[in-house]
Amino acid sequence: MDPRPDIAANRLSPHCLAINFADAHPPLTGGQASIEADRCYFCYDAPCVEACPTGIDIPGFIRGIATGNLAGAAHTILESNILGGSCARVCPTEILCEGACVRTAQEEKPVVIGALQRHATDWQMDSGTQPFSRAAETGRHIAIVGAGPAGLACAHRLAMHGHAVTILDARPRAGGLNEYGIAAYKLPDDFAQHEIDFIAAIGGITIQTDRILGRDVTLADLEAAYDAVFLAIGQAGVRMLGIEGENLDGVMNAVDFIAGLRASATGADVPIGRRVVVIGGGNTAIDAAVQARRLGAEEVTLVYRRGAETMSATGVEKAWAQTNGVTIRTWAAPLRLDGVDGTLRSVTFTRGRLHDGRPVHDQGNFTLEADMVLKAVGQLFLADPLDRGTIAIENGRIAVDDQGRTTRSLVYAGGDCTPGADLTVVAVRDGRNAAEAIHADLTAATGA
Amino acid sequence: MADLRSLFAGIRSPNPFWLASAPPTDKEYNVRRALEAGWGGVVWKTLGEDPPVVNVSSRYGAFNYNGNRLVGLNNIELITDRPLAVNLAEIKSVKRDHPDRAIVVSLMVPCVEESWKRILPLVEETGADGIELNFGCPHGMSERNMGSAVGQVPEYVEMVTRWVKQNTRMPTIVKLTPNITDIMQPAGAALRGGADAVSLINTIQSVVAVDLDAMAPMPVVGGLGTHGGYCGPAVKPIALRMVGEIARNPDTRGLPISGIGGISTWRDAAEFLVMGAGTLQVCTAAMHYGFRIVEDMITGLSNWMDQKGFAAIDDVTGRAIPNFVNWNQLNLKFKTLAKIDQDACIKCGLCHIACEDTSHQAIARLRRDGTRRYEVIDEECVGCNLCAHVCPVGDCITMVPQPVDEVLTWPHHPNNPAQAAK
Ligand SMILES: Cc1cc2nc3c(=O)[nH]c(=O)nc-3n(C[C@H](O)[C@H](O)[C@H](O)COP(=O)(O)OP(=O)(O)OC[C@H]3O[C@@H](n4cnc5c(N)ncnc54)[C@H](O)[C@@H]3O)c2cc1C
Ligand SMILES: Cc1cc2nc3c(=O)[nH]c(=O)nc-3n(C[C@H](O)[C@H](O)[C@H](O)COP(=O)(O)O)c2cc1C
Ligand code: SF4
Ligand code: SF4
Ligand code: SF4
Repeated sequence: MDPRPDIAANRLSPHCLAINFADAHPPLTGGQASIEADRCYFCYDAPCVEACPTGIDIPGFIRGIATGNLAGAAHTILESNILGGSCARVCPTEILCEGACVRTAQEEKPVVIGALQRHATDWQMDSGTQPFSRAAETGRHIAIVGAGPAGLACAHRLAMHGHAVTILDARPRAGGLNEYGIAAYKLPDDFAQHEIDFIAAIGGITIQTDRILGRDVTLADLEAAYDAVFLAIGQAGVRMLGIEGENLDGVMNAVDFIAGLRASATGADVPIGRRVVVIGGGNTAIDAAVQARRLGAEEVTLVYRRGAETMSATGVEKAWAQTNGVTIRTWAAPLRLDGVDGTLRSVTFTRGRLHDGRPVHDQGNFTLEADMVLKAVGQLFLADPLDRGTIAIENGRIAVDDQGRTTRSLVYAGGDCTPGADLTVVAVRDGRNAAEAIHADLTAATGA
Repeated sequence: MADLRSLFAGIRSPNPFWLASAPPTDKEYNVRRALEAGWGGVVWKTLGEDPPVVNVSSRYGAFNYNGNRLVGLNNIELITDRPLAVNLAEIKSVKRDHPDRAIVVSLMVPCVEESWKRILPLVEETGADGIELNFGCPHGMSERNMGSAVGQVPEYVEMVTRWVKQNTRMPTIVKLTPNITDIMQPAGAALRGGADAVSLINTIQSVVAVDLDAMAPMPVVGGLGTHGGYCGPAVKPIALRMVGEIARNPDTRGLPISGIGGISTWRDAAEFLVMGAGTLQVCTAAMHYGFRIVEDMITGLSNWMDQKGFAAIDDVTGRAIPNFVNWNQLNLKFKTLAKIDQDACIKCGLCHIACEDTSHQAIARLRRDGTRRYEVIDEECVGCNLCAHVCPVGDCITMVPQPVDEVLTWPHHPNNPAQAAK
């Protein structure tokens, strides 16, 4: 009989793992980049720009690539989005710039904006030079909590304006989800850390890791010690399934599984079940499922409670899961997790359907045997680190105006801890805009 | 099936597609491959007197545009660098094996009658069908008082052509240089000298690009560059105009023309034919893709002729000439308006910005429920066609001719000062 449960590390050879977690989409060669750049029409009032949350002048930078002006191209990207390098790799471009590209309308083949953006930003980072310099020191000092995309983008823009910045992060390594959330094959070769080095090289930015707001320091402490505070603490909590058996061995949060994998140098030491069931319908579910396969899981089934059309994972992500051998099952809600001696054996689902425009689950049950279940039904913002009641919360996240101002004077917030889409590029926009607001507010306060 | 056979200034070929005098026709090996591929004829790479010239290493510069290679080609090559006797023997052998093809020999010797008298019998002896006088090479040879140095002086063109005609029975084509102000001058001179036909254009003097590291024009030869001759698709408009000019001018009407310059497809060929050419010569397109391009040229031209009901090449030659007029014969009352097919439009905004920034502010930029929409403002549109040219979607912007009730040309227009003076 099979050993139960079958959860093990080292399912694949080191060689195989290296291939599975290498760059999923290798960079364009110079020749490919110029052919692609020439496909851009250099649109006026370009739809792609409007579709980019950070509003990068896409035709402008692509023209730079077409003419061989890579420094100009990189400058154009980075002045709107200093994390243009990671965004080029992780953005779901099919629902952003490339989805809006006029060539999508014309022939379903957009200009590969993301890959071109990577071409230019790689050039910049490889050049070892800095595209921006700092304004004269202002003597102002701003605290940023969270060294994810939102915090880093804010820090860089503040540093450009001449302010000093200290970033605190709870984790041992900076980068936020770029470091421990994004799928390994999207940001291989320690890209997140290289990008942080590139960002911090402008000067005036200090990063303190293993420093936790609410444990090592309070918001009030920060307000007292700094001229302004930017909160970019992401979402520390995860949603529960709320069903029987959730505490069995073998049941895990997908984000924890991914974080463990990202922390591992090769993936060889990461245990994975032989039969894995992933519950959820978003990109986190897809990432967990694909990485489970790539670690060597034999059968991976992604189960989503409603129809494929309401999954938040994009079409490209779903297709990616399928090419990676993940089975996607829709219209099945988890009913209970069953185990033996505290260890998972199977998951039971109820089939559902659409009835009068609403989902009802009344179509009988089925059971999937599983060694491991990965839960990916959403993350939650936890307000615990903030001093209770000091800052307004709206729909479970920190309430902000369109420039990132919270209800507390000189306290700002952005990224996943505030309302809006949970995307790296949105976090970057929030951080950048908040920095401009902080700069404007501090400058107005001194009348300078 | 249209009849593509050509009889041009007494020279027969199974189709009007000839290879122009250039590297593709420099050797027996190349020429045999070309004839096997289906070319109707060749103009052998220009022969000169011994000792042969010496060519440099690094000979071509390219004009690439927006990802398209070789939109224009520039060369600093001279005439053949092989001994005369070798070329003559090869020509003879090729002609013997291909009696049905046009084998024309291009010549360039010093501007003295003796030189021509010496070379012509040698060429005749090969059995070649005709000769082409290279009065066009714009570099290297011109500095030795040959090539375009002759072609630029109508008196020399006439004089040399006459010498040649007096010393050979072979049909004589005079190849004209475009590096002049008025193409009618050398064309008329050739006719007066007794030319059986003209061919044009030879290459255009050019610096194709500059190497910004070497700080020298390209191609760079040991750190230095020189001006060269420009050809390829980019020169077609210049060539078409010059061909049409000779075809429509009463002074030269009826003079057979071999059209050259940027011909790459059957469509280009058809355009040259209707503008007055009788045969077509190709160089760059063959150098870019090899001899096999002639297959599509032949079937494409033939199919097009069938569609149009043209039975033979003679039916096509000069068809557009009656409609090629001077500007002052155009009807100033004619008006056409841009029309956008909203279903085809992909919202790139290029028509708007082109008209807004550089034309007549006749394309409105609108938003309907957040969606972009571009609309022509008929009252402002002058029918310049710019938008239709910048639109990346084929047939998305069409120009719609409006009803015309009268004809008013410039000579009769009230704004014409000459009218006011009356
Ligand atoms: C598995 C997964 C995959 C994803 N894949 C993609 C993708 O492919 N493309 C994409 O665009 N987006 C993706 N996202 C979303 C994207 O990663 C986030 O939207 C983005 O990282 C948000 O940035 P942030 O700076 O707001 O927060 P985070 O990146 O979460 O950074 C928050 C930082 O705050 C720190 N922090 C939290 N609490 C405290 C505290 N109390 N004290 C000090 N520091 C604290 C954390 O340690 C962390 O470093 C993915 C998310 C997940 C979970
Ligand atoms: C490399 C090169 C060498 C040429 N040599 C000659 C030549 O020896 N004699 C000549 O009459 N024309 C010469 N030409 C000009 C071509 O015959 C032709 O007139 C010109 O290239 C325009 O045609 P195209 O646009 O099809 O290339 C040369 C052209 C090239 C590119
Ligand atoms: S929409 Fe596409 S073609 Fe137009 S500017 Fe953007 S990338 Fe270029
Ligand atoms: S034809 Fe000319 S004037 Fe008319 S809309 Fe187009 S660009 Fe403007
Ligand atoms: S140029 Fe053509 S495709 Fe682009 S907006 Fe105008 S009409 Fe539409």
